[in-house]
Amino acid sequence: MTEPLTAIVGPEAAPGPQVQLLDPQGRRHDHPLYGPLAAGLTTDQLRTMYRDMVLTRAFDTAATALQRQGELGLWPPCQGQEGAQVGSAHALRPRDFVFPSYREHGVAQVRGLDLRELLPVFRGTRHGGWDPRTHNFHIYTFVIGAHTLHAVGYAMGVQRDGDVGTGDPARDRAVVAYFGDGATSQGDTNEALVFAASTNAPVVFFCQNNQWAISVPSTTQSRVPLASRGGGFGMPSVRVDGNDVLACYAVATEALERARSGGGPTFIEAVTYRMGAHTTSDDPTRYRDRAEEDLWRTRDPITRLRAHLEAEGLADEAFVAGVDDDAAALVAEVRAFARGLEPPPHSAMFDHVYTAAHPLIDAERAEQAAFEASFAEADQ
Amino acid sequence: MPLARAINAGLRRAMEHDEKVMLMGEDIGPLGGVFRVTADLHKDFGPARVVDTPLAESGIIGTAIGLAMAGYRPVCEIQFDGFVFPGFDQITSQLAKLTYRSNGYLSLPVVIRMPFGGGIGAVEHHSESPEALFAHTAGLRIVTPATAADGYAMIQQAIAAPDPVIFLEPKSRYWDKGEVDLTAAVDLDERAVTTGLHAARTVRPGEDVTVVGYGPTVKTVLTAAEVAAGEGTSVEVIDLRSVSPLDVDAVAASVARTGRLVVVHEAPVFFGPGAELAARISERCFYLLQAPVLRVGGFHTPYPAAVHEEEYLPGLDRVLDAVDRSLAY
Repeated sequence: MTEPLTAIVGPEAAPGPQVQLLDPQGRRHDHPLYGPLAAGLTTDQLRTMYRDMVLTRAFDTAATALQRQGELGLWPPCQGQEGAQVGSAHALRPRDFVFPSYREHGVAQVRGLDLRELLPVFRGTRHGGWDPRTHNFHIYTFVIGAHTLHAVGYAMGVQRDGDVGTGDPARDRAVVAYFGDGATSQGDTNEALVFAASTNAPVVFFCQNNQWAISVPSTTQSRVPLASRGGGFGMPSVRVDGNDVLACYAVATEALERARSGGGPTFIEAVTYRMGAHTTSDDPTRYRDRAEEDLWRTRDPITRLRAHLEAEGLADEAFVAGVDDDAAALVAEVRAFARGLEPPPHSAMFDHVYTAAHPLIDAERAEQAAFEASFAEADQ
Repeated sequence: MPLARAINAGLRRAMEHDEKVMLMGEDIGPLGGVFRVTADLHKDFGPARVVDTPLAESGIIGTAIGLAMAGYRPVCEIQFDGFVFPGFDQITSQLAKLTYRSNGYLSLPVVIRMPFGGGIGAVEHHSESPEALFAHTAGLRIVTPATAADGYAMIQQAIAAPDPVIFLEPKSRYWDKGEVDLTAAVDLDERAVTTGLHAARTVRPGEDVTVVGYGPTVKTVLTAAEVAAGEGTSVEVIDLRSVSPLDVDAVAASVARTGRLVVVHEAPVFFGPGAELAARISERCFYLLQAPVLRVGGFHTPYPAAVHEEEYLPGLDRVLDAVDRSLAY
């Protein structure tokens, strides 16, 4: 794809209906703009999307259970959002850079991050884990919306490096910021949209509207569909069925290509649903109806792709069982890994406060070490 | 040359030295900043390296973080001290902590320049001294030049540092002139930009009492030392230069000789940098002190209206009074 594509919704237009290529029953639908973008997906790619979603859910379910068993301090589940995450992430190229919030476990899976690397943060053995540059996947950010500015700044750097609009697919890069509906109320997210628009930065704002910001519905965040927010900042905006992995892939593909080709930022609202709690600290039964959850259960992103694959003869029992076996193996590894995570020595808390030497850190490290050593001496 | 022009020359030198250095902030382009510290740099380096940003402080700091991750060395200008707070979260929760949060995988060489302090008769939010708020946050380095020579050298070292630096520019001293050798190379190796950048400097030796200032108060303290000398009191004056890290060793060495310490800053005294220094000196020099450590600074009020700032700021008389009180023990 060399020509930048035109978005379905321009800044001047009201957001259209959600883009959907795969309905809840698993039937394919066409779309004049986005249909062709997903039409070229091979059987292998479709199967990989399915596998990524199943593994993500299995991992997420296991991590939630580990928290309930006291093995993790906190867990932010992503169940229900696998389609939005896996679909959009499959549209990324290795050189694209991802700025996740803290629920993008499905994006991490697609980026090739070992999902176990997500656990130390939540077990409390350290704040971050992975090198963001290994998979071009930034560490999780807990301050809502703060990372959207980091994404735009990084995209401004990509722009300055000249890695935009060269027409060389091995060179052109884009940046994605993932965030939720609640983040759209934050000043930082709005400032990020301003900076991205005014600099024409190669960035895609991928908003997963999962309907709830902890206990507050998205209607409290906005009186208008979130997709129409992007238009107000002067950027193309698209509203997509977030539980449709193919539509999310197609919409992200178009937006990323626009960014890489020099066409500037795009705002995507993926309409999805967080099936579980915001984190394991809250109780959704206090703030929403079971009927609502049941309704969204019928729109599940995994079952609909599986239905499609089976109907088209692209997945047989052996394939499905194989994926389930992989998921079970992953869960076993995850549980063993989490329980085996050893706390680093206390002196590690003084590491990496600064990059260069700092006399106060050195002094406090020595002070703490001497204090610890005093107990050892007393024991002798 | 005046301090403002010395910093300008330092910025220019840093931009020539490293093409990844870029400036960003409000009105820093063709206007050259409200204090003209970035004058002519837009003309000479172009809009990609001297960026007039949207009017959004959090946006300036937050995008600078992303730019630093992408390999750039952003130097952000916050137009006035009192306007830094919309960007406070990005500074304290993100910029200061990302190296730690990423287990050392990320280094963020971002400089935040900010005119700080009072004494210019400005309206509210234009005369604050927020250094203690930043010093309380691990991960930041906080420095302030008191002279044109330091302005020229320290801004280059701050930009070369691998950590975030809050670079406080004493706005009431922007027009004070000093000798600057623009031909001398500034030492930019790692030791210089960490240890050297944070070393306090004895700017006037003395025997009876040590008086410490930084940024705008250094000139006030030097004037006080001059007056005190006329009255037979020998004041040793130390320019701290760095609020974090704090060069306690240099101050302790001086106090070991004089036995007395007065700390002078414009920031409110309560929970201010003087409190930290007083506590550390009391701990280190308890048996050497002839008097309790005294502090002179702002009151526990918002920075007052301009008609009151002469009384609010630590002026010559209040410094001399503190010296007298110290000697009276």
